[in-house]
Amino acid sequence: MESFKKVASMITPLDKVNVDTDQIIPKQFLKLIQKSGFGKFLFFDWRYDEHENKRPDFVLNDSRYANSKILVAGDNFGCGSSREHAVWALLDYGFSVIIAPSFADIFFSNCFKNGILPISLDEKTVEKLQKETNPIEVDLEKQTITTPSEKIFFNIDPHKKKILLEGLDDIAQTLQYEDKITEFEKNSGIPPILIND
Amino acid sequence: MGKTLFEKIWESHVVVERQSGPSLIYVDRHLIHEVTSPQAFDGLRLNNRKVRRPDLTIATMDHNVPTNDRSLPILDQTSAIQIQTLEKNCRDFGIKLFDINSPNQGIVHVIGPQLGITLPGSTIVCGDSHTSTHGAFGALALGIGTSDVEHVLASQTLWLEKPMPFEIRIEGKRKNPHAVTAKDIILSVIKYIGTGGGTGTVIEYRGDGITDLSMEQRMTICNMSIEAGARAGLIAPDEKTYDYLRHREYTPKNYESLVDSWRNNLKTDHDAKFGKQFLLHIDDIAPQVSWGTNPGMTCDVTDAVPSPDEFSKGDPNQKKGAQKALDYMNLKPGTHIEDIKIDRVFIGSCTNARLEDLIEASKVIKGQKISPHVRAMVVPGSQMVKKQAEEMGLDKIFIDANFEWREAGCSMCLGMNPDILSPGERCASTSNRNFEGRQGTGGRTHLVSPVMAAAAAIKGHFVDVRKMDLS
Repeated sequence: MESFKKVASMITPLDKVNVDTDQIIPKQFLKLIQKSGFGKFLFFDWRYDEHENKRPDFVLNDSRYANSKILVAGDNFGCGSSREHAVWALLDYGFSVIIAPSFADIFFSNCFKNGILPISLDEKTVEKLQKETNPIEVDLEKQTITTPSEKIFFNIDPHKKKILLEGLDDIAQTLQYEDKITEFEKNSGIPPILIND
Repeated sequence: MGKTLFEKIWESHVVVERQSGPSLIYVDRHLIHEVTSPQAFDGLRLNNRKVRRPDLTIATMDHNVPTNDRSLPILDQTSAIQIQTLEKNCRDFGIKLFDINSPNQGIVHVIGPQLGITLPGSTIVCGDSHTSTHGAFGALALGIGTSDVEHVLASQTLWLEKPMPFEIRIEGKRKNPHAVTAKDIILSVIKYIGTGGGTGTVIEYRGDGITDLSMEQRMTICNMSIEAGARAGLIAPDEKTYDYLRHREYTPKNYESLVDSWRNNLKTDHDAKFGKQFLLHIDDIAPQVSWGTNPGMTCDVTDAVPSPDEFSKGDPNQKKGAQKALDYMNLKPGTHIEDIKIDRVFIGSCTNARLEDLIEASKVIKGQKISPHVRAMVVPGSQMVKKQAEEMGLDKIFIDANFEWREAGCSMCLGMNPDILSPGERCASTSNRNFEGRQGTGGRTHLVSPVMAAAAAIKGHFVDVRKMDLS
């Protein structure tokens, strides 16, 4: 995973609450066995009509936001299915920061495994950011969002911040605790699955 | 101070605890399926890692398998590749796979309990949000993403932030328990607390309204915890739990001694504190029908579709969401639910495709025919459910009523296989999500119980199943 430092870009406003992962990446695209190439299917049913023509009223089809790296959305973003394909699609499309009043738990966790920074801010601040037409800068190190008119601080768990800043391999970190895992297994109360064949 | 059941399971699985931030939690059971695992196995190969505990891991194929004739090849090439990839990964890494021809194949959350692989007091994970189903057995069962699937394969552990325990107390007696079901209880809960109401929590369902339920009904409740945004949902085990798991194919050899220790330990102490609480009296609840595009957009079958103002209670974002949902669903506020005509009926999914669900639905349709304009299908949750149902003659009841009787899989719950709605079609579905396009692009899903779905199939529109003879 690449390390995450600063992102500066226009925001893309997605003025919707409860955006579920079925919308972020519809089921017909979950059959691929790689992690790459999902960006073209991001928000597919909202981006394209039944003849796969672009829907002009959907924000991702608005050329003003073509190079945006920051998505600003409504409450409970990423709810529903655990599919990490949703995060792969956002990342592959070009988003590396998602700002919303709240996120669903599994989606939130999936973001950090792939180098996407999810930031939750109060509803009023999110609404204000959705209207911001100038580029903004997100600085993870300083935990700030800078707009032409103000500087907004955001909270992040220090452990998660470190993972993003250093682009750490989660599994390599965990395997350093090998002796503790082995020790735990010696005393585990739950037996293995008895597979006979 | 006492502890909640969740806290007891959590504490007994902590491998590493830090001053702050996430803890490293041990995983007792890892369930794998074809859709969310290929990239995880790729990651293992790339880093030259092996599966740490194949003996705590099982796999099956459920999400994209066709539900028609199993002797035919899979026509969709990308589905076929995904299935072959799972076969190869299980072979290469030594994981037991219940493949498409296995008598144990089925939806992963149906087969886990049926095979005695799900155990009380254990931690269970799967790359699927409905893993919460296994909480019905007093397990801490979590849905995870693919990166975490890889992490568990490699280390048998997960870094987790400790969620807050949330008590949902269900009290009272349903007047007609055949017509008002576990599905109606959980849809009612989500209607009140909302799709984000459980975010950051593990729900423990308690009260006589829960202990009265069978194991299969409890699974329906825990299954939909994720639709309230909860990390997991669980129910303290009791004698029903232990009886259900006693003589299964993979029930552990030392089961009775395990049960002895579970009886002593797996309960919430009377002086434990929950971070959040919610109480629902169920004496008078009605069958539920969802009208919108998330499971919180639900009302009584006797109600009318609400206006965005009524639904949003002043929240402008919710109002916008409700308006958009009504547009998508092509419904007008004030329309009586019973006046909504349907095109399709789907009885299936990890929420409602167990034997009891099929028995209850069959009582509604026995000796009747489905409405001529309706196409209806039953997709049993597992091959074992299908076999048991056939031994009871349920397949004949459904087929005689003009239902299609299918092979096991997730099917039209998420429409990854050929079982999908056409654009504009309206479906009474026993599944768990009514999101836009979930059952097929442009399809319109109404979430209901199996008996409500069966009744709608007969009448061609929603109907209050309490009015029907279910004896």
